[in-house]
Amino acid sequence: MTDTIVAVLVEHRGNEIAQPTFEALTLARSIGSPVAVWMGEEPPADAVTALGEYGAAEVRVLAIGERARHPKTASVVLAAATGDAALVLVVSTFLNKELATHLALATGAGVVVDASGAALVDGRIVAQQTVFAAAWNVRTRVNADRAIVAVRPNTTQATPADTAGAAEVVGVLVALPELRETIVTVTPVTREEGVPLSEAAVVVAGGRGTSGDYTLVRELAGVLGGAVGASRDATDEGWISHEHMVGQTGVTVTPVLYVACGISGAVHHRGGMQASGTIVAVNIDPDAPIFEIADFGVVGDLHDVLPQAIEALKAHREV
Amino acid sequence: MRIVVTVKFVPDLQSTRSFTDGTVTRTADDGTMNELDENAVEAALQLREALPEGEAEVYAVTVGGPDAVAAVRKALQLGVDHAVHVSDEAIAGSDVFGTARVLAAAVRQIEKDGPVDLVITGMAALDALTSMVPTALAADLDVAQLTLASSLTVADGVATIERHMPDAHETVTAKLPALVSVTDEANKPRYPNFKLIMAARTKPVATWSLADIGVDPASVGALASRTTVIDALPQPPRENRVLVTDKGDGGTQLAQFLIERGLV
Repeated sequence: MTDTIVAVLVEHRGNEIAQPTFEALTLARSIGSPVAVWMGEEPPADAVTALGEYGAAEVRVLAIGERARHPKTASVVLAAATGDAALVLVVSTFLNKELATHLALATGAGVVVDASGAALVDGRIVAQQTVFAAAWNVRTRVNADRAIVAVRPNTTQATPADTAGAAEVVGVLVALPELRETIVTVTPVTREEGVPLSEAAVVVAGGRGTSGDYTLVRELAGVLGGAVGASRDATDEGWISHEHMVGQTGVTVTPVLYVACGISGAVHHRGGMQASGTIVAVNIDPDAPIFEIADFGVVGDLHDVLPQAIEALKAHREV
Repeated sequence: MRIVVTVKFVPDLQSTRSFTDGTVTRTADDGTMNELDENAVEAALQLREALPEGEAEVYAVTVGGPDAVAAVRKALQLGVDHAVHVSDEAIAGSDVFGTARVLAAAVRQIEKDGPVDLVITGMAALDALTSMVPTALAADLDVAQLTLASSLTVADGVATIERHMPDAHETVTAKLPALVSVTDEANKPRYPNFKLIMAARTKPVATWSLADIGVDPASVGALASRTTVIDALPQPPRENRVLVTDKGDGGTQLAQFLIERGLV
């Protein structure tokens, strides 16, 4: 029996590998033999080593620079680099969903996006998803011989391989396609310190109840080592930038812990966070829908509750 | 300029959404036009209104069973000029690639009356949320794709969008014809007014079968789908939920909960 090759597209910001890549490599090991695919500039040696530690037998390098921002281009080179893979795993982002669509059109693969896991069942890839604001669990079988699964962050616990992979660097040369679209300007978004919202294990989010003051939300996020999120109300008010918006049209998060502060929990918001591990909510309105899905809810003013919680957590730290 | 807007009939977000035999339950009672498609319709109407009267036409196209006509009816109420409903039993169970194939064929059918310059879609349908159809449709039509636009302008045969990616804001341009998917940041959709609602009642909706638009039924539908839902189970409700009212120690209780759960 030949081993199933699972290609994992490495998510990286410059030289820094994003945590969901290691989660995807861990998932890949449970299905077959992982190979990593690195797109952009050449990877640094420590990144290659890290990919090996998570089991990558090869690191296939597609040195296409900024062209990696273009999903069609990315799909063409990825198709060339993953011809032997029965499964291609990518991290579920808007850009990667486009990439997956193009890749599927190029290779005939079946696609499942926003997956929380995948397995090989009777020779076919079966992926799990939670849909309808996490109210349903769905299992989808890929009928095609090749599969592409886009996996959400924080859905697999990343663990290094018992035996490191060889992480042999293999350069792949591909002719780039002509483009119809021109990326005229790219203005980098200044990254806040800490883990990006979409990948954070802890998210503390503030909504209308903050009245625009995120001091307490940020402080609690700091104490818990989490990222700061926001509701649509708050980003619409301009209290915090759009990158912080948790919801169906913003960032979908699946952290281990989600703390909603002064967020009523409109259906759009819940759709972006309901699959979180543990949900804690603080809201002054006892009828706020967020309480319907909260594991622990406090009916109260966040300006009273959060400072006390922050103090108690700090005191616990010092013990 | 001729613009086609694709709209989808989906379960109302406020309703209880469910699955029946592995597909999304869609009924007229609690179904509606996908909310994010309102931004697509609005973008098309704004482009039309920026041109002299009669220089632009907007088509709304939907694919789905008999109930799906509600989606294009809604688009008519918002002010689109023409409505097309592609309905055929063979479409049931299509994956995104099948759906894109049908939509592309409908666009090509519309092109028989004159070229289509722009196809505008929403950023996602609020049922499946895959965001894949716009890309698949652009590929099928073999036109440029400008996705996730938070703004859209068209001048001198070139479409320009801005898109807000998590790591960067991009400005992207492409020559027409092109497909553009717009986000809910792109505009504020209008409400249908009484006059438009009345006018929409008498506007015809063209109903096309797969044969009408030259699509082989075997190339779409459940059998051609590259993926099959094998089971869909309601998530068990969260257990042991606690709700306390702050009587001066709410913050301490919250901290205690996190500590007990080992979340600190």
